[in-house]
Amino acid sequence: MSKEYETVIGLEVHVELNTKTKIFCGCSTAFGGEVNEHTCPVCTGMPGSLPVLNKEVVNKAIAVGLATNCDITRNCKFDRKNYFYPDNPQNYQISQLYYPICRNGYVEIETEEFGKKKVGIHEIHMEEDAGKLVHDEFMDCSLVDFNRSGVPLIEIVSEPDMRSAEEVIAYLDKLRLIIQYLGASDCKLNEGSMRADVNLSIREKGAAEFGTRTEMKNLNSFKAIARAIENEKERQIDIIESGEKVVQETRRWDDNKEYSYAMRSKEDAQDYRYFPDPDLVPIVIDDAWLERIKADQPELRDEKRIRYKDEFELPEYDIDIITGSKKMADLFEETIGKGANPKKVSNWLMVETMRLLKEHDMDADDISFSADNLAKLIALTDSKAINSSVAKEVFEHIFAENIDPDKYVEEHGLKTVNDEGALRETIIKIIADNPQSVADYKGGKEKAIGFLVGQTMKAMKGKAEPGMVNQILKEELAK
Amino acid sequence: MTITDETIDYVGILAKLELSDEEKARAKKDMSDMLDYVGKLNELDTDGVEPMSHTFSINNVMREDVVTNGDDRENMLLNAPEAKDGAYVVPKTFN
Ligand SMILES: [Zn+2]
Repeated sequence: MSKEYETVIGLEVHVELNTKTKIFCGCSTAFGGEVNEHTCPVCTGMPGSLPVLNKEVVNKAIAVGLATNCDITRNCKFDRKNYFYPDNPQNYQISQLYYPICRNGYVEIETEEFGKKKVGIHEIHMEEDAGKLVHDEFMDCSLVDFNRSGVPLIEIVSEPDMRSAEEVIAYLDKLRLIIQYLGASDCKLNEGSMRADVNLSIREKGAAEFGTRTEMKNLNSFKAIARAIENEKERQIDIIESGEKVVQETRRWDDNKEYSYAMRSKEDAQDYRYFPDPDLVPIVIDDAWLERIKADQPELRDEKRIRYKDEFELPEYDIDIITGSKKMADLFEETIGKGANPKKVSNWLMVETMRLLKEHDMDADDISFSADNLAKLIALTDSKAINSSVAKEVFEHIFAENIDPDKYVEEHGLKTVNDEGALRETIIKIIADNPQSVADYKGGKEKAIGFLVGQTMKAMKGKAEPGMVNQILKEELAK
Repeated sequence: MTITDETIDYVGILAKLELSDEEKARAKKDMSDMLDYVGKLNELDTDGVEPMSHTFSINNVMREDVVTNGDDRENMLLNAPEAKDGAYVVPKTFN
């Protein structure tokens, strides 16, 4: 008889903050520079260099803490976490162990299986990122690039409150949206600006004690996380069922092979000998500072959802999709700001944009067209300067290349022909060329007019207003 | 304070040092002396005293989020024992 098990999951989420400079030096955090372009004595760990804290990192960490219902530690400081690895030039990482900036928070999630629930946040601390190691085949050595060394991170440590992959993904999605809306990070798992390590253990349902947990690393997408959780759950249940014990260890997920393996750390001394960093003085956060951050807090997703419903009367499903990405919500609001009708903007986003995103296997954060061009397109359709099928065609170019629809329509001669004389002339010719359809129509087959409309549109290269074509056709056929 | 051989071996592993027996014996004595010296502080009554990490009463030394360092890669790489293609060369390391 097989027993019933419960999966217990806690997450350590690293988020790269999008400050302009690194956490302890004035080097740029910009992507795409030359190898080691953004480095200085501080972020390459040169003896005698002194770190100076970037205030914006503290501001962003506080903002995330407040938005996740944390207590802010009024007197916090940095500690050194000691270990040797070539991507860590100081031989210690500056992090926070004893007085992390935020503690005791929670976020609310909702899943089909378990409904609404709170996931506790144990703490959030500030720390620095490491450099990048690349293996060099020719010289049989490794090369280090310190451009990412010293880029600010926050690590969000949850309580072991999650019980399924679905809950983990709901939690990560919640964090992602909160942080994106705060403007603190773009939180892209696939680009590494958000990284999640999964701590997982198994216990018999109803047991009070936790089982031995493992930590899973290298999870680069929501799908990889879900697969890794299922796989690790099965692996641990198999071990327990066969009467053996789960070993506490760090494992690395290989998403191609859908398999994880234990990461052996040499000599296995996981002893970081944390101690307060004497180079950095304490940070004292007073009421005025907190009030400033609170006052600057932008509208978050849950507030936006309520407002969209009241203000624009959009269906809940549409609101969920639009606010499900800050990028899309910003685009929506900005386009409306340029005078476009909210329902029409929502329609372009929900139908054509979603269709094209799906077709190109992109997500909403990858949208690259401007509100300006979408607003212009809507104005062109509002004024009936172009018809809806031309609008769809133009939109594909806006989506792909962010073209200016005014110019595009002009250059490609796509404006609807409003010259009634020219249209009537075409229609008279179509009627003369299609005696069978005309006879059908006159014989009572109302549908035959559809063919004539189609022929006319074809002759007009799609640039006629269908309503007008219909009307003139009927007039001419009645003659 | 006496330091055991195990402690010396363990600290050696953490510091990535391979010590000879002679060096171990010396390290044992040095470490023991240091701990005795610092141990004097234990004679003080520190009940009710907040732990401190700094002897200066300065807080909140921070900078604005403004880029102040330009590309000084060539100079920085002069600090590298060996460099290649703008990167620091280190012994082969696996992630
Ligand atoms: Zn630097």
